[in-house]
Amino acid sequence: MTALPTEPARTVESATATTGDGLLLPVPDDDGAPFWEYARRGELRVQACAACGVLRFPPRPCCPHCQSFDSEWRRMSGRGRIWSYVFPHPPLLPAYAEQAPYNAIVVELLDAPRIRLVGNLVTSADAPLDSVDPSRLRIGAGVKVAFHAMADGVTVPRWLLERP
Amino acid sequence: MSAALKDATAIVGIGQTPFAKNLVESERALACRAIIAALDDAGIAPAEVDGFASYTMEETDEVEVAKSIGAGDVTFFSKVGYGGGGSCATVAHLAAAVATGQATVGVAWRSRKRGSGKRPWTNTAVQLPTPGQWTRPFGLLRPADEIGMLARRYMHEFGATRDHLFNVALACRNRANQNPAAMMYERPLTREMYMTSRWISEPLCLFDNCLETDGALACVVVSAERARDCRRKPVYVHSAAQGLPAQHHGMVNYWNDDPLTGPSWATARHLWKNSDLTPEDVDVAQIYDAFTPLIPLSLEGYGFCGRGEGAAFTEGGALEIGGRLPINTGGGGLSEAYVHGFNLINEGVKQLRGDSTAQVPDAATCLVTAGEGVPTSALLLRS
Repeated sequence: MTALPTEPARTVESATATTGDGLLLPVPDDDGAPFWEYARRGELRVQACAACGVLRFPPRPCCPHCQSFDSEWRRMSGRGRIWSYVFPHPPLLPAYAEQAPYNAIVVELLDAPRIRLVGNLVTSADAPLDSVDPSRLRIGAGVKVAFHAMADGVTVPRWLLERP
Repeated sequence: MSAALKDATAIVGIGQTPFAKNLVESERALACRAIIAALDDAGIAPAEVDGFASYTMEETDEVEVAKSIGAGDVTFFSKVGYGGGGSCATVAHLAAAVATGQATVGVAWRSRKRGSGKRPWTNTAVQLPTPGQWTRPFGLLRPADEIGMLARRYMHEFGATRDHLFNVALACRNRANQNPAAMMYERPLTREMYMTSRWISEPLCLFDNCLETDGALACVVVSAERARDCRRKPVYVHSAAQGLPAQHHGMVNYWNDDPLTGPSWATARHLWKNSDLTPEDVDVAQIYDAFTPLIPLSLEGYGFCGRGEGAAFTEGGALEIGGRLPINTGGGGLSEAYVHGFNLINEGVKQLRGDSTAQVPDAATCLVTAGEGVPTSALLLRS
C-alpha cells in the first residue's frame, strides 16, 4: 500500500475559494484530499481498494464491490483519450467569462477507461483555458496529463494533446 | 407495494399562478395562491389538508404554508431532493401516504422565482465539496455544461444531430403557442432561429435550454374513494416510482460504465413493473425538459425506443400532436414555464380531464417524468 502523504492536505476553509483572478479552486473533502496532495507533487493517482484492487472515482470511504475501508492511491500513466467536451459561453462566472469560449473536457484514462476526469485541454501546463484551437478537439484524441499550479499549494491536472 | 398503490389515489385539484419574469409577489405568497387554487379546483376546504410534499429546494416550508392557508393538523410532510428530479416524487410520496392512511388530503407544490432570482450555479460560497471539486475548477459550472458533456457524447455514439434537438425544442414551442398561459405563447420558433442562436455550452444553444420563470403550481391528492366526491374528474395515480441507479453520480454522471444510461432506466423498470400498462399504451407524455437532450435520453429510458434510438424517434413530427408520442403539451420547461417540472404534472392532469390547450383526442393515459440526469421520479396517470 502506498503510504498516504505525511503532510496534511491543504484544506480550504474560506467561503471564497478562488484564485486572485476569481477562478474556482478545488475544495477537497476528506476522501478527495489525497488526490489533490498527490497532484501538488505532480502525480496523478486514483483511489483503489486495498483488499480487492478495484479502482474507484470519485474517491469514497469504502469499496462498493467488497465493502473494505482500506484503500491505496495507485499512480496512473497520465495518458488518456478525450471522452467528450463542451465549449461554455457566457453567462459564466466573470473569471471564466473572460476566457470564454474555452473548453472543458472529460478524459478517460488509458490505464482504466472507466475512470474519467474532468479537465481542460491546453497548449501548455500554464496556458489559458482557451489556448487550444477549438477545431483540434475531437472525441478519441490522445492526451497526456500536465500539472498547473492555480494558487500557492493548489495544483490541478490539465491535459495536452499527444500530437499537438 | 404495487397492489397497495396502483390506482389507490387520484389527483383531484390543480392550481397555478401566472408564469413570468419578475412577478411582484413573494415565493411564499405565490405558493399559497397556487395551493388555494388547487384546493378550490378540488372543492376541498384548506382545513382538511393533512399532508404536504415538496422539493428540498423549495424555500417556503410546510410551517409557513400550513399556517397561511389554514390547514388542519398535518400528519405527513416530506421533501424530495435532487432539484427537478423530485417533481413526480412529491405526488408519489403523497400517494403512498394517503394509501397507507398517513394522510387523507395531500398537497404537493413548488414555488420559485427563478426568473428574477439568482442562478444557483453563480453561488461560489456554498460550493459543495463533492463532486464540485472534480468539475467546477475546470469551468464546468452550470447544469447546461454538465448535460452538454453528455449530449456531445450521445451525439457521437449514436449519430444524433442538432436537428434532433431542434425537433424537441420545436414540439414544445408549438404547444406553447397554443397555450395562453405559456411564457412563449406568442413567440414561434423556426429552424433558422434555432440554428443561428447563440451557444450556451456548445453543443447546446439558447433554445436547448429551459426558460427562467417566476411562478408556482400545486396539486391535491386524495384516495380514489374520496376522489369520486370531488368537484373535478379524478386523475388516478396508476403507478409511481423513484430511481437512484447503482453507481450514479448526479448530473455529472461521468464515472460509471455507461453514463448515457441514466436514472430514467431504473425508474422506468420500477414504474412499469407496478403497472398494467406498457409504453405502447401511453397516449401522451410530459417529459422533463430542462435541456432538449433529456428527451431522447428519457424516451430510451422509459422504453419508447431502444438505446441510442431516442434521437431518431423525434423525426417525422413524432413529438407533435398527432405524432407517435405527443409530449409536453403545455409547452414544457422549454416553452411554457420552468418551475422544476411541476407544470408537467398539472398538464398531465389537464390532458386526462380533456381540457388541455393542446388536447390529445381521447387521452386516457399520461406518463409524467421528473429530471433525467439526476436521481429522478415518474408517474403514470390514467383517467
